[in-house]
Amino acid sequence: MEKINTKIPKGPLEEKWAHYKATQKLVNPANKRKLDIIVVGTGLAGASAAASLGELGFNVKVFCYQDSPRRAHSIAAQGGINAAKNYTNDGDSVYRLFYDTIKGGDYRSRESNVYRLAEVSGSIIDQCVAQGVPFARDYGGLLENRSFGGAQVSRTFYARGQTGQQLLLGAYGAMMRQINKGTVALYIRMEMLDIVIIDGKARGIVTRNLLTGNIERHFGHAVVLATGGYGRAFFLSTMAMGSNGSAIWQAYKKGAYFANPSFVQIHPTCIPVHGDYQSKLTLMSESLRNDGRIWVPKKKEDAEAIRNRIKSHRDIPESERDYYLERRYPAFGNLVPRDVASRAAKERCDAGYGVGSGLAVYLDFSDAVKRLGIDTIRERYGNLFQMYDKLVDEDPYQNPMMIYPAIHYCMGGLWVDYELMTTIPGLYSIGECNFSDHGANRLGASALMQGLADGYFILPYTIQNYLADDILTPKIPLEHHAFEMAEKSVKEKITKMMQIRGKTSVDTIHRKFGLLLWETAGMERNRQDLEKTIQEFKALKEEFWSDIRIPGNDHELNPELEKAGRVADFIEIGALMVRDALSREESCGGHFRTEYQTEDGEAMRNDNDFMHVAVWECRGPDHEPALHEESLSYENIKIQTRDYKH
Amino acid sequence: MDFILKIWRQQDSQAKGKFETYQVTGISPDCSFLEMLDILNNRLIDRFEKPICYDHDCREGICGSCGLYINGRPHGPDSAITTCQLHMRRFRDGDTIIVEPWRAKPFPVIKDLVVDRSAFDEIIMAGGYISVHTGSAPEANTIAVPKVKAEISMDAAACIGCGACVAACKNASAMLFVASKISQLAVLPQGIVEAKERVRKMVARMDELGFGNCTNTGACEAECPKGISLTHIARLNREYFAAKLL
Ligand SMILES: Cc1cc2nc3c(=O)[nH]c(=O)nc-3n(C[C@H](O)[C@H](O)[C@H](O)COP(=O)(O)OP(=O)(O)OC[C@H]3O[C@@H](n4cnc5c(N)ncnc54)[C@H](O)[C@@H]3O)c2cc1C
Ligand code: FES
Repeated sequence: MEKINTKIPKGPLEEKWAHYKATQKLVNPANKRKLDIIVVGTGLAGASAAASLGELGFNVKVFCYQDSPRRAHSIAAQGGINAAKNYTNDGDSVYRLFYDTIKGGDYRSRESNVYRLAEVSGSIIDQCVAQGVPFARDYGGLLENRSFGGAQVSRTFYARGQTGQQLLLGAYGAMMRQINKGTVALYIRMEMLDIVIIDGKARGIVTRNLLTGNIERHFGHAVVLATGGYGRAFFLSTMAMGSNGSAIWQAYKKGAYFANPSFVQIHPTCIPVHGDYQSKLTLMSESLRNDGRIWVPKKKEDAEAIRNRIKSHRDIPESERDYYLERRYPAFGNLVPRDVASRAAKERCDAGYGVGSGLAVYLDFSDAVKRLGIDTIRERYGNLFQMYDKLVDEDPYQNPMMIYPAIHYCMGGLWVDYELMTTIPGLYSIGECNFSDHGANRLGASALMQGLADGYFILPYTIQNYLADDILTPKIPLEHHAFEMAEKSVKEKITKMMQIRGKTSVDTIHRKFGLLLWETAGMERNRQDLEKTIQEFKALKEEFWSDIRIPGNDHELNPELEKAGRVADFIEIGALMVRDALSREESCGGHFRTEYQTEDGEAMRNDNDFMHVAVWECRGPDHEPALHEESLSYENIKIQTRDYKH
Repeated sequence: MDFILKIWRQQDSQAKGKFETYQVTGISPDCSFLEMLDILNNRLIDRFEKPICYDHDCREGICGSCGLYINGRPHGPDSAITTCQLHMRRFRDGDTIIVEPWRAKPFPVIKDLVVDRSAFDEIIMAGGYISVHTGSAPEANTIAVPKVKAEISMDAAACIGCGACVAACKNASAMLFVASKISQLAVLPQGIVEAKERVRKMVARMDELGFGNCTNTGACEAECPKGISLTHIARLNREYFAAKLL
């Protein structure tokens, strides 16, 4: 238990971060040059961290698996980034952003971290504007805002429907500038496969060069993981094809604790599944809920007629449409948080009111087009509408979109303290791969904020507090025993996978596993199914390790081998997710246990027994993982039942 | 739907490549082009043959990883999309489809349909940014940016760095790629300070890396999945000459 030391600074909430910065240890410029930092990942978190650390004068090495750092999956974020600027004068403040985030997370996140996030949010926008990020502007030339779910103010900054792309290219540019200066070294098409621990501290990584298959060793005085979410465990998700949990999973196996693994976010507005060959799901940004209204027919017969293509949406008069979010949640309407909107869609579809294949609801813009005109809608959502049209072959200016929830984001991740350090000294986790700020449900437009907060404004401070004690540590030679052992185990795993030469492709097993995970640990969970799944996962793991087939060899570009390594880890991560979902006997945020709900189907939290972060410790392959708790206390916020009705 | 595919196979950058012919059958028209290749790959794996390598990641048209030369056009027959957004309904049942990697000297083939586009990163490295240290930025609304300028900047910034412009150009010119970055930053007040340096350095690096000259054929604009317009090249030229004059 003693390892769970959150290191939250003392003092009033509003002064903690300022106090921390004023009293922390720093590294002087001459010493920074002597210190090596490894950053794994070039998304918003990794690129912003690498750039900022490089600017400070550290020697940074940065890694990504794609052919360019600019392709990290942050690029796909569409809708926007939150910041408490209060430019719209609608009553926003640092406290309100903090409050909304804690409430949106269903009171399962840490006050001090969330407050700091809200506090630095404004600087992120300043930084990005200075970098040339072309945010949307009004006719006066000032920055424009839109609203996102779970908030009653407009605090979301955006660059059309490509906000993630623009923010990432800003951070990428800043990082490329440092690469040009020689403070940052870039390693593309490299996958981190293990972490190296020496005398209890993170001291390096082992990577595979994806083009040559070479296994390489890299030393760092500290290691920062910024590898994104593990949502692709579910196979179908809005994540990139290469998104993985392998880096954080190796860290977990080497002693970093894993927090709230079962807290995943299911995004309400994605394009529905349409075939069994499908490889991924596409998100339609939450921003669409600003102007789109969600509905299904009021009558089951109508829904059925639509499914059988006897009727179309046009045949359903206004009075026969059930705008179920507006009906159930009058105060927030279509802008309820994601978990609430997703479950409501599932509820309607399960009850027989779904359209399309039956697993779809309408997202309708006809009112907005009437109210604002088609040009305004085009200006706001043009690229999203185009994307929908290209994918589904239907014009959303004329017809309502069809949408259904899909796996989208992981609130869970490596446990970190106030300094964003894991339980392994010198190992940090930033961005989506840590658990820190979003509790049981993340609010829209807050992941981009968190990634950049971590990378630009938090880690570059906190890491110095650790490195200040390390200035006399010389670079550890790569021949060190610990490097050798790590490399050996990586090679053994690869050889083992290559030698199976079974009958089943990696995708086939991944698909099977992902569907099972979706059915038991997706939008709804219950004890019986979760328990059953644990057994089924064991069988799947066995099938994987005895029957996968990887053609080719391990010293060439071999995507099947890459996938195999990731899926092997997903199967293990999935098991921990299920275990975590089982042990949390309450419903909160994205975690909905059917046993714990109110009469009208709302989540029933149990604050007496579960107001904590579930923190898992790996105890080796032969033992069950141990569960620790970080208890949460709310001193600055009144705990309430989340209510989006009134 | 059924198709005959002629696909470029090449073991590595040194090896000689050649077209191999494959048949795929029973493909749904709603299947994406890359999902069709997934299906083919799974069949190859069933036969213990090496699957076809191609780059892809987001599969929603934004990361710029995917890029296949399909029937003589970058990203295939549809306009304003990437390869991962192309669907089989765009072809006719029974069609023969020719699939090649980007063909351009600065983008050497790595394997099969995978090419090395790191030259693009090199160009950005030379100056495709505004030099601002973390933490040194002024308050965001201190400088107003006229809405039209912000919109032009965003139009240019939509570039995903896929390389279709280079692959489409008979001279393998990277002008549209470079112009998109130059334009994005040149129209913003924040970007003006370094504008001259930026254009000089980026163009110099582009030339060093072996990209060809622009002869205004406009193939790049036609094939750009993000519809980036030639007007940005015109702006790049203006910026470049202004920078040279001083
Ligand atoms: C479709 C979509 C839309 C979204 N829209 C929004 C939005 O509008 N607003 C919002 O706030 N959030 C949004 N999100 C969430 C947000 O985009 C992500 O949470 C965030 O960008 C994650 O950033 P990151 O830096 O943590 O990770 P990523 O951007 O995923 O980067 C991960 C990096 O790690 C590298 N990597 C991973 N594994 C390895 C390994 N083993 N070895 C080496 N390198 C590795 C990758 O190469 C990559 O560079 C969206 C997410 C999706 C999927
Ligand atoms: S895979 Fe990302 S653009 Fe096609």
